[in-house]
Amino acid sequence: MTVEPTGAPAPEHPAPPPSNPAGSPPDDVAALFARTRNGDRRALGRLLTYTEGGGPLADAVAASAWPLTGGAHVVGVTGAPGVGKSTLTDRLAQVAIDDGRRVAILAVDPSSPLTGGAILGDRVRMGSAAAAGGPFVRSMASRGQSGGLALAALGAVRLLDAAGHDQIFVETVGIGQVEVDIARTADTTIVAVSPGWGDAVQANKAGLLEMADIFVVNKADRAGAADARRDLEHMLDLGHHGDWRPPVVLAVATTGDGADELFKHVGEHRRHLRDHRSEGDRRARQVAEEMRRRLHRWVDVLVAQPSGRAAELFTEVAAGRLAPSLAARRLAGELGRADGAGAETGG
Amino acid sequence: MTGPAAGTAGPQAERHHDRHRRQPVRVVLAKLGLDGHDRGLKVVARMLRDAGLEVIYLGLRQTTESILLAVEQEDADVIGLSIHNGGHLTLAPRMVDAVRAAGLVVPVVVGGIVPDVDLERLAEAGVFAVLGPGASAAEVAETVRAAAAARRI
Amino acid sequence: MSLPDNPVPGGAESHDDEDSPRARAEAQWRAAFEAAPLRDGAFETMSGIPLAAVHGDPPYPGQFPYTRGIYPSMYRSRLWTMRLFAGMGTAADTNMRFKRLLEAGGTGLSTAFDMPTLMGRDSDHPWAVGEVGRAGVAVDTIADMEDLFAGIDLSGVSTSMTINGPANILMAMYIVTGERGGTERRRLSGTIQNDILKEYQAQKEYIFPPRPSVRLVTDLIRFTTAEMPRWHPVSISGYHIREAGSTAAQELAFTLANGFAYVEAATAAGLDVDDFAGRLSFFFNSHIDFFEEIGKYRAARRIWARWMRDRYGARHERSLQLRFHTQTAGVSLTAQQPEVNIARVATQALAAVLGGTQSLHTDSYDEALALPTEQAARIALRTQQVIAHETGAPSVADPLGGSAYVEWMTDEMERRATEVFDHLDKLGEGSILEGVYEGIANGYFTGEIADSAYRFEREVNAGRRIIVGVNAYTEGDDGDTPILYIDDDVEAQQLRRLAEVRRQRDAAAVTAALDTLAAEAADPTVNLMPPIIDCVRVEATEGEIVGALEGVFGTYTEPAVV
Ligand code: B12
Ligand SMILES: Nc1nc2c(ncn2[C@@H]2O[C@H](COP(=O)(O)OP(=O)(O)O)[C@@H](O)[C@H]2O)c(=O)[nH]1
Ligand SMILES: [Mg+2]
Repeated sequence: MTVEPTGAPAPEHPAPPPSNPAGSPPDDVAALFARTRNGDRRALGRLLTYTEGGGPLADAVAASAWPLTGGAHVVGVTGAPGVGKSTLTDRLAQVAIDDGRRVAILAVDPSSPLTGGAILGDRVRMGSAAAAGGPFVRSMASRGQSGGLALAALGAVRLLDAAGHDQIFVETVGIGQVEVDIARTADTTIVAVSPGWGDAVQANKAGLLEMADIFVVNKADRAGAADARRDLEHMLDLGHHGDWRPPVVLAVATTGDGADELFKHVGEHRRHLRDHRSEGDRRARQVAEEMRRRLHRWVDVLVAQPSGRAAELFTEVAAGRLAPSLAARRLAGELGRADGAGAETGG
Repeated sequence: MTGPAAGTAGPQAERHHDRHRRQPVRVVLAKLGLDGHDRGLKVVARMLRDAGLEVIYLGLRQTTESILLAVEQEDADVIGLSIHNGGHLTLAPRMVDAVRAAGLVVPVVVGGIVPDVDLERLAEAGVFAVLGPGASAAEVAETVRAAAAARRI
Repeated sequence: MSLPDNPVPGGAESHDDEDSPRARAEAQWRAAFEAAPLRDGAFETMSGIPLAAVHGDPPYPGQFPYTRGIYPSMYRSRLWTMRLFAGMGTAADTNMRFKRLLEAGGTGLSTAFDMPTLMGRDSDHPWAVGEVGRAGVAVDTIADMEDLFAGIDLSGVSTSMTINGPANILMAMYIVTGERGGTERRRLSGTIQNDILKEYQAQKEYIFPPRPSVRLVTDLIRFTTAEMPRWHPVSISGYHIREAGSTAAQELAFTLANGFAYVEAATAAGLDVDDFAGRLSFFFNSHIDFFEEIGKYRAARRIWARWMRDRYGARHERSLQLRFHTQTAGVSLTAQQPEVNIARVATQALAAVLGGTQSLHTDSYDEALALPTEQAARIALRTQQVIAHETGAPSVADPLGGSAYVEWMTDEMERRATEVFDHLDKLGEGSILEGVYEGIANGYFTGEIADSAYRFEREVNAGRRIIVGVNAYTEGDDGDTPILYIDDDVEAQQLRRLAEVRRQRDAAAVTAALDTLAAEAADPTVNLMPPIIDCVRVEATEGEIVGALEGVFGTYTEPAVV
């Protein structure tokens, strides 16, 4: 029964004109990018791959995208596995589309730490993604890069923004620091919990409570939803929040109940950011934060796989010809002048 | 594999693909239509994950349209279909045709129950490879990788 | 403990004390045994050594908790039903296959439907393309059902129908077919699978969400309880759970839990447990690990008896007795060197018989290649006939009872299943039904099953588990097995048939019947069987009836558990 791969034979009918992105000149990021502006899914799909891969291509994409970013409102959706993030995000996307938005979803899931592979299953719960006229959905695996993932995700969000999506949802599993980092780069963060104290406690531990702009108690069709809401309100009473007190919304993602209300709060939070001029501040903070991370990443990569000048300096130090402090200072000085050529930064 | 892309691939393309190749292979796994035999698909998903591939799992009740949409958005390298209920001669060629009609170069790999006598017809229809019961984890991963390599030429 | 002239081997102490529990059990067994009919046959070895009907310790077969079998005489009264699952192409094609199976000595019919029918979609639905008549028989309307059973006396056969999501609709079609052929519904005998819970867990032929689906199940239970005394309204199936990848203990546990869930649902719908429990039946897998399987069947009977008595308060003996159908494990059969499958099937069939099954389907050796050819199906049936008539295995009830190993295995199966019941009981806060709903919603069942399936596959890949012809002893696979090939024309034929029915019927009557059904569906206290029968009578299609219900109940997509 098991046969060798036959290899697809040459097509008998002439192939249609080559619009496959793989056929475009690779550095023709600009051409692909122009196509994304016209809603070309395939070009966008390919550019996301470049972004995810990091390195010069990712930089090229970022360079094309950058001037066109800023139009999107980015909403992070985070919470424990199984709490209903994907289902909820799908509902929110539908509401947003009905509201006239162009919607994209970035769904981030962990890779297997052992093999580097991943099973990305969020689309199963995103029924609207399977239909024409639905949101643009991209699944992204964490690929075991700690600092890199957040940057890759950020790059992807920028690209989706530049491609004309004005409402972007980023689904992450709220368990690790990386995921929290990703959520932090959003304009508005929704933290999802389900009925039962356990989740709230977990959320507290993971620092999710501080980062939430909106809470949603999903699975409100189950016992204990009202209790969970009360507990959260309680914690909010005790905690500090500036002039925005996170609302707590009950939702049933499977039926869509509560999605409208949730989306209304998303809009309010966005207006709040604008009205309080905190939107600009937030953006500025985000960009500074991104730069800081990228720098860290550069250094990490240089240290992990020294090449060029860095390799020389490491050799000098190892041979005892140069004091480590001096070498580090020199390298830092060089870094200030680096233009990035040749380095694989993976982000 | 010769696809529409091959002709335009120059030295630059090589550089691009070199870059591209370092990322994990991305494969969309799905069942078309009403067939609910998903044991094999789930096993294959895990086999591929454990071989270091990224699996975009669509699961049951997909259409050629929903698969194509996922392939475009996810920039998948390979489409993996699992077919058990005897619909392979209708469904697999349909998928291949849909991919071609869209101007994509994404190989289609089929697994499940396909009688030997139908293998040739599937190959003629442009299916990249067919695996059947008893296929090992290594065969599954190799086949999908080979398909991905064919796409990435 | 023996036939009158044949003392129980090793039963010396049984003569000690007339009033000992053992002596009482023995006397009670003997009385029951003697009251039971005996089939023709010499109950002695081929060398002429006479055989006692049972050996070993009480409780004996037919005695609570029925670990050793539900009847005192077991196969001495009646052999198991040899039931082969069949269906392909059009109704007329399958009708021919049915008639030949009956001629070949099959004693019951078992209907396999095609995917569109199983999923409640008509043959002309866009989803149906490529699947019409492929994996079973296509039934869209009452006209097809009449073709399927044409020339077969429905009062004289027992029919099994493997259908779940749309079970009520196919049941209605069978009832109307009987009516039109002169067999009233109370004389129809057979089983409809109608086990929706395992669809969410394993077979994936769900249509509506779990709760309204369970209502349809209880509607059918209530309906048959009132009107069809010879019908088994649910066949609670572990087969699919196992084939989807579970272990033996998971199969046992999930299946019985589903059984408890239906008992809770039906009693909540107002039935007394003893009114329907006696007509619930089970359907287990017989996989290749011989003793594990036998332990599983024995444990199943024991658990069911205790739970029905102690937790659900059943009083009738029949309510406590777990009856089951068995099918050999399709998934254990290989595409490589397919003839070897005959040996696998024989071994599995023997385990089912030694485990006390009431009916048995044996898979054909071409299982992993295509639907069975007639020749392959005949060999499968012959395999059962060899066990029944040549091996002597059916002469003694529970012949392995008392083996330290088999008794230990039985206990172990029960212990593992009990852990699962505890988990579900907790999930459902004291209700197994709620626990099962929750386990479906949170991916517990599908996750456990997928984990077990992958673990098995890894063992095979690592060579820790040998499968002859696949990862060992691979030489000699000539790959020349003839296979059944379904005519490409089936789909076209079926589409013509459906179009014709749609053209001829009274469209207004159809719309009216469907509207009534939709209205009644909105009221959870109404039994939907009568309005469904009305829809079938005016030749509404299966898909139309499902559509009317979907409008009220909604549809289901499963959680992604990979
Ligand atoms: C298990 C099984 C079931 C289970 C399915 C559980 C589940 N959730 O998956 C149950 C019992 C529910 C079932 C039901 C039915 N079944 Co069934 N089933 C099988 C069986 C015995 C094994 C399939 C299996 O899972 N094998 C184990 C897995 C790991 O192997 P695999 O799927 O072959 O996958 C391997 C390769 O094929 C390959 N592969 C598979 N997919 C892919 C995808 C890619 C991308 C790659 C690279 C590789 C790959 O790699 C895998 C690893 O080795 C086969 C017969 C057989 N022995 O193969 C019949 C079989 C497929 N079933 C059949 C039928 C008819 C049915 C029903 C329609 C019966 C009915 N009328 O009620 C129903 C329909 C169910 C539905 N919802 O669709 C027929 C199909 C006939 C045909 N094609 O002509 C078969 C062939 C049996 C037969 N001979 O009659 N079935
Ligand atoms: N009962 C109930 N189940 C829900 C709800 N939302 C999601 N689910 C189920 O919870 C499971 C996990 O949902 P998913 O969206 O994949 O969660 P994620 O892992 O957080 O993305 C699925 O089975 C959903 O159907 C809800 O509001 N109520
Ligand atoms: Mg998710």
